[in-house]
Amino acid sequence: MDVRNTWDQWPDMNGRFGEFGGRYVAETLMPLILELEAEYRRAQKDPAFKAEMDDLWTHYVGRPSPLYFAERLTEHFGGAKIYFKRDELNHTGAHKINNCLGQVLLARRMGKTRIIAETGAGQHGVATATICARFGLECVVFMGETDVERQKPNVFRMRLLGAKIVPVSSGTGTLKDAMNEALRDWVTNVDNTFYCIGTVAGPHPYPELVRDFQSIIGKEAREQILEREGRLPDVIMACIGGGSNAIGLFHPFLEDESVRMIGVEAAGHGIETGEHAAALNGGRPGILHGNRTYLLQTDDGQILDAHSISAGLDYPGIGPEHAFLRDTGRAEYLSTTDKEALEAFQLCTKLEGIIPALEPSHALARVGEVAQELGKDGLIILNMCGRGDKDVFSVAKHLGVDM
Amino acid sequence: MPTERITAAFDRAKAEKRAVLVSYLMAGDPDLETSYQALCALRDNGADIIELGAPFTDPMADGPAIQRAGLRALAAKTKLTDVLALAARFRETDQTTPLIIMGYANPVHSMGYGAFAEAAHGAGVDGTIIVDLPPEEDEPLRDEYAKYGLSVIRLATPTTHEARMKKVAEGASGFLYFVSVTGVTGAGSADPTVIAGNIEMARRVSGLPVCVGFGVKTGAQAAEMAKIADGVVVGSAFVEHAEAAHESGDLARAPQGMGALAKELSKAIAGVAKP
Repeated sequence: MDVRNTWDQWPDMNGRFGEFGGRYVAETLMPLILELEAEYRRAQKDPAFKAEMDDLWTHYVGRPSPLYFAERLTEHFGGAKIYFKRDELNHTGAHKINNCLGQVLLARRMGKTRIIAETGAGQHGVATATICARFGLECVVFMGETDVERQKPNVFRMRLLGAKIVPVSSGTGTLKDAMNEALRDWVTNVDNTFYCIGTVAGPHPYPELVRDFQSIIGKEAREQILEREGRLPDVIMACIGGGSNAIGLFHPFLEDESVRMIGVEAAGHGIETGEHAAALNGGRPGILHGNRTYLLQTDDGQILDAHSISAGLDYPGIGPEHAFLRDTGRAEYLSTTDKEALEAFQLCTKLEGIIPALEPSHALARVGEVAQELGKDGLIILNMCGRGDKDVFSVAKHLGVDM
Repeated sequence: MPTERITAAFDRAKAEKRAVLVSYLMAGDPDLETSYQALCALRDNGADIIELGAPFTDPMADGPAIQRAGLRALAAKTKLTDVLALAARFRETDQTTPLIIMGYANPVHSMGYGAFAEAAHGAGVDGTIIVDLPPEEDEPLRDEYAKYGLSVIRLATPTTHEARMKKVAEGASGFLYFVSVTGVTGAGSADPTVIAGNIEMARRVSGLPVCVGFGVKTGAQAAEMAKIADGVVVGSAFVEHAEAAHESGDLARAPQGMGALAKELSKAIAGVAKP
C-alpha cells in the first residue's frame, strides 16, 4: 500500500486514507460537504478560530485533562506502568465535547442556526446539546428507540439542555439508524442546518475534522508523559466504536514509530457468535454513511446490526482512518466481550475509585495482558474517554441488582 | 445496446410530442413474482422507463414509503442477484422498455463493480442510479460500465449550482434525474415554477434529457412537471400499492393498483403537448 512520508498527509485531497474514506453521499449533500470543507480550511488558517476554541477548552470544557498514574491497577497486574488520560473529567463527562465545540464553532461561522446530531450512548447528544445551549442554537438529536430506553438519564439531560430528541424506530433503533435519520433530516433542511457528526466517520471532511478536534487528547498526553516520565509511552490504548477517542489519542503519536497503538473493539457476546460490534475483526470493506471502511455486512452487502453492552460502541462500521491504520499495520486492533468489559468496569472502580464508562472498560479489559507483556519497565497510556455515571443503571441490571 | 434503449424511449416520446413516464418499483416487494407482474402492468399501462429498486438496509435518501418497501423486499430475502434475475425475466419478452436499477452502493460494491456490470448487462439492464455514488466516487464503476454501454444516471438537485452541474454531467448518460425537492423520496412536492430554471440549466449543461422526481404522486402533479421536464419520475406512489397488496394479503392488488396509476399518470403526461 502507498504509505506517504508522513501520516499527517492523510486524508488526500479526495478525502481518502489509502483505500478508505471518500464522499459517498447523495448529490443533495455534495455541495454542503464541499462548502463545509472550504469553511474548515479557512478556519484552520484563522487565528481567531483557534483562540476561541482554546479559550472554551480551558474555561468551559476544563482542558487540559490530567494524565493520571493508575498505581493500584498497575500493582494489580504487576507489569508496565498504566496511565489514564482523564478525558472523562471533561465537562459533560466524555471526550465528545472536544469535537462538538469545534463543529458548532464552524457552524456559527457558516451562519447555520440549527444543529442536528445522532447519538448512541447519548454522550455525543449531551455534548452537542450542551454546546448548543451555550450558544443559543436550536438542537435536534436523533437517537435509536432502543438507546432512548437504555440511556434514560442522558435523554433527560438532553431535554433539560433544551434539545429535541427524535426517537428513531427504523431498522433496529440503534446508532446506525439514528445516523440514517440525521442524514435524511440534513438533506431536507440543507439551508439552515449543520450536521454535527459524533465520530470519525461520515463523508469527508468529517473524519478529518473530528480527528483534528479530538487530537487535543493525544497532543496533551504526549506532552504530559514526556514531562512525567521523560520519554514516550510504549503503548497507547483506547476503545473503538466509530473510533473518535482512539484517533484523537493516536494521531499525535503516529510519527513516533516506537509507540504501539492498540484499539479495542466491542466483541459483544463474542465475535464467533456474530453478535458483536467489531468491524475490523469481524467485518470487511464496504460503503456506508458516506465512507468506505470496514463494515459488518452480509455476503450480499446488507448491513448487519451491531451488538455491544455499550451503546457507544454499538455501530457496524469504524472510522476510515482506523481501517487504514489497520491495513498498513500501524495500529493493532483487539476486542473485548461484554462480560470482560463488565469485569474491567468493576475492577477499575474498586482499585482506582474511578467509575469508567462501559466504552473505555473495553480498553481496560485488555490493559492487563499488555502491561504484563511489556513488563515493569513498560509505559502505557489508556484513554479514559468517558465516565460511568450514565451506565450505573444498566450495569446494575447486568449484575442482577434491583435499583 | 443498453443506452440506445433509453435514447429510443425518449425519441418515441418526442415523436409523440410528450414527456416520458419513469416509474419505480422495489424488486421483491412483497415478493419477486408480484414484482414481475407489476413490471408488466407498468409497461402495459404507459410506463416508458422502469426503475427497479434494489433493497438496502440503510436507505439514507429514502422516505418512509420506500424504506418500508425495502424492508419488505429484504424480509422476502431479495438479493441483488434476484433483482438482476427479475430484470432478465422481463427482458425475455420485452426488448424495448429500458430498465434502470436504483439503489445504494454497498450491495454493488460487495458483489464487485466488474461482476455487477457484467451481470447487469447480461440481464438486459440499461443503467443504474446509485444514490450514494456521486461523480467523485463512481469512476471505478463507470470504467466497468463502459465495457457494456451501461448508463450511469446521475442525480441533480436544487442545491446543484451551475459549476457543480458540470461535474454532475461529466460521464453521465441516458438521462439526468432531477430531484425536485431537497429531501427524501416521497416528501412534499416541489413548485414547478421554482425549479423550471434549474431544469433548463441542467438540460443545457448536460445535453441530456432531464426527468423530474420526488414528491410526484398524482396525474395533475405529473402534468405540471411534464410541462417543464422531459420526463416525470414517480416512485413512492407506486410502492404504496405494493404495501396495500401486502397488508391485504391479496398480492394481485399490486400490479392492478400500479397499472391503474401508470395509466392515470401516462394519460396526464400525454395531455401536455411538448414542442
